[in-house]
Amino acid sequence: MVLCRVNSLNNLLMTRISTHARNVSTTRLSGDNTQDKVKGKYDIIIAGGGMVGCTLACAMGKNSLLSKLKILLLEGSPDKKFVLKPEYSNRVVALNQNTKSLMNSIDVWPHVENMRLQPVRHMQVWDACSEALISFSSSDILDDDVAYIVENDVLLEAINKELKSNAIQNVDIVYGAKIAGYDSPKALGREMRNLVKMENGDCYSCDLLIGADGVNSKVRQSMGVQYVSWDYDQMGVVATLHLAEECENTTAWQRFLPSGPVALLPLNSTTSSLVWSMGTAQAKHVLSLSDESFVDELNDALWKQYPRSSAVDACVSWVGAALRRAGLPDGAQRQLPPSVRAAAPASRAAFPLGFGHSARYVAPARALVGDAAHRVHPLAGQGVNLGFGDVKDLTQFLSDALYAGLDITHPSPLEKYESGRQRHNVPTQLASDALCRLYSLQLVPAVLARSVGLQLTNALHPIKKMIMSHATT
Amino acid sequence: MKNHSLTYLKMFLSRNLSSQGYKCPSRAFATLNNKTAIKETTIDQSHVDKHSKIAKEWWDPNGKMIALHSYNLLRVPYIRDGLVIEEPFKRTLTPLSNKKILDVGCGGGILSEAIARLGANVTGIDASSELIELASDHCKLDPKLVDNRPSYHCTTIEEHSQSFPDHYDAVVASEVIEHVANKELFVSSLVRAVKPGGKLFVTTPNRTRPMQILGICVAEHILRVVPVNTHDYEMFITPNELTFLLEKNNCHVQAIHGMMYYPVVNRWTWSSSTTFMYALQAEKLTDEDSNV
Repeated sequence: MVLCRVNSLNNLLMTRISTHARNVSTTRLSGDNTQDKVKGKYDIIIAGGGMVGCTLACAMGKNSLLSKLKILLLEGSPDKKFVLKPEYSNRVVALNQNTKSLMNSIDVWPHVENMRLQPVRHMQVWDACSEALISFSSSDILDDDVAYIVENDVLLEAINKELKSNAIQNVDIVYGAKIAGYDSPKALGREMRNLVKMENGDCYSCDLLIGADGVNSKVRQSMGVQYVSWDYDQMGVVATLHLAEECENTTAWQRFLPSGPVALLPLNSTTSSLVWSMGTAQAKHVLSLSDESFVDELNDALWKQYPRSSAVDACVSWVGAALRRAGLPDGAQRQLPPSVRAAAPASRAAFPLGFGHSARYVAPARALVGDAAHRVHPLAGQGVNLGFGDVKDLTQFLSDALYAGLDITHPSPLEKYESGRQRHNVPTQLASDALCRLYSLQLVPAVLARSVGLQLTNALHPIKKMIMSHATT
Repeated sequence: MKNHSLTYLKMFLSRNLSSQGYKCPSRAFATLNNKTAIKETTIDQSHVDKHSKIAKEWWDPNGKMIALHSYNLLRVPYIRDGLVIEEPFKRTLTPLSNKKILDVGCGGGILSEAIARLGANVTGIDASSELIELASDHCKLDPKLVDNRPSYHCTTIEEHSQSFPDHYDAVVASEVIEHVANKELFVSSLVRAVKPGGKLFVTTPNRTRPMQILGICVAEHILRVVPVNTHDYEMFITPNELTFLLEKNNCHVQAIHGMMYYPVVNRWTWSSSTTFMYALQAEKLTDEDSNV
């Protein structure tokens, strides 16, 4: 025991000394060599020019106070010229009203509208193992569209169009940026500055470093924060689908199968986008199928009757009858999803699904936004909306800090951002996780609980409203 | 309204009379040109000494003055919004530019620097020469203040307001009046320094028993988040007394907000109750206003 303690003390001492030694060496380095190579000094560097990173840069460029700062956006991929093709891309996002209002406030939404988007006015979610279903409709809840389906490419192009327009003067963008590493503020001695080192030897310094660099965020790793994560051992299979019949197509459909949820998101009157979660092995099989057998398999997933427990059926119909007697919606007015005629050629793809939560979203002079801070199962269509919520809050708090005369690296706005966002994001992530687990079970009690729960939620307007308002803010 | 002022008057008189009994330092003796003159002052030397003693720790954000640093998050926006109202999309980094602000009892300059960062032309005065020296040295450290450093003077408000009457857009006395001996002279001097139509901002603890227990006994002696003997309960002033003094000096009190401090998390918040601390905003009336 004592030995052990001495040992650990020794270790501690050693690390102290070695950190100290590193301190000295880095300071010296920055003193003679690095200083010359610093290519640019910025107030804020955003690492990662995906949808969330670009939106953050755009929102900062549009804010009356943050637009006085020098901002650098580092994006790993090259600058591609975007051409809107007639065929739809297979990667889409469902944007909620909160995201729409953010995009409107930074003048990005009109660009999206000029390209293409599809409003979702109804949503129907149902269980393959029972009769239970829930439906959301724009008319009875928000009096506005439930969500908007936008292709990732289109949204990114809309944001970039605004970002590169003359309305934003303070943001520099480096494409094809390969980041070699980040120097932590401590290693640089008293000056609380971040150094971003590029693989080509360039070096940028900034006061505040923001990681918008996705699930495997390097910025998060450099912050040394605890990251809780697990894989669902599932993949999301995506594809662009042609429907059998032309229809209004403003409904988003989701059916919970024991293997995972399958969702059809509307793109236009004859086209929908597929997001189909399933076990990794099954996903590989589905990807290898011919187009025709893929469509057959998919129609099965949407239509096939699964073995049902008579006890669950009895309970569900009894609860339905009770709700009907009480004058509440019993969920019997089921709408039928469209059948799929064909999948667009070469539109099939799959990506792994997982859960991730960074215990801290901020560290001194650093912050995380979007997938770098949180990752969620796509079944509720919340992932990117949570990221855009981060953007809105971070911009707001940093701008308030500047207006109060504080530095952008002051702990107060960063802590406010962290606690505010975690209070919203973590419950959403956990709810999605719980739903995913609950619906993967085929045990009778679990099926019964979720079926009755879904029926009651569908019947009780206030609860439904609460869910919707959480999902849209 | 008349009834109210009458009550204030009665309260104030009784308070003032009773305080005369045990607060002798309200008259200090100063030697001028070989003849001893009795000169009225607001300075309580023991309080000045107490604050000078901890000069070194003044600017350590986690040191003895930790609460004053986090206090800026509340009082700087309070002063800013009391002086200017800007639409969210038209905000600038220096909302207080062209405003002349006097920080009375500036100490090490924690508040003065914060206001100067918002573009204001800040003058800080304090009775302690050590603290004025500290404040003058420290403001050179912040690169953002290069063009707009506050100017600091070791003087008293009664002297300063003689030289600069009707001069400032705003006069701030944050956590000062509870250290002041002659409150009546202090308030009238504050008002003299403000331009007609200008603003006064005062923050101070309230003289209530809960404040005595939590603010002095617990905060100073048990938790030690405030240096021991910083505050003297008998020198605290209530919002009513302060309002009375200001209105007597031709000011209109516009708002009184309660404040609360949470030591464990080191955070200040606005509160609906003025039991513990309060912030007061007043406007000096112009001649036309007072005639109406």
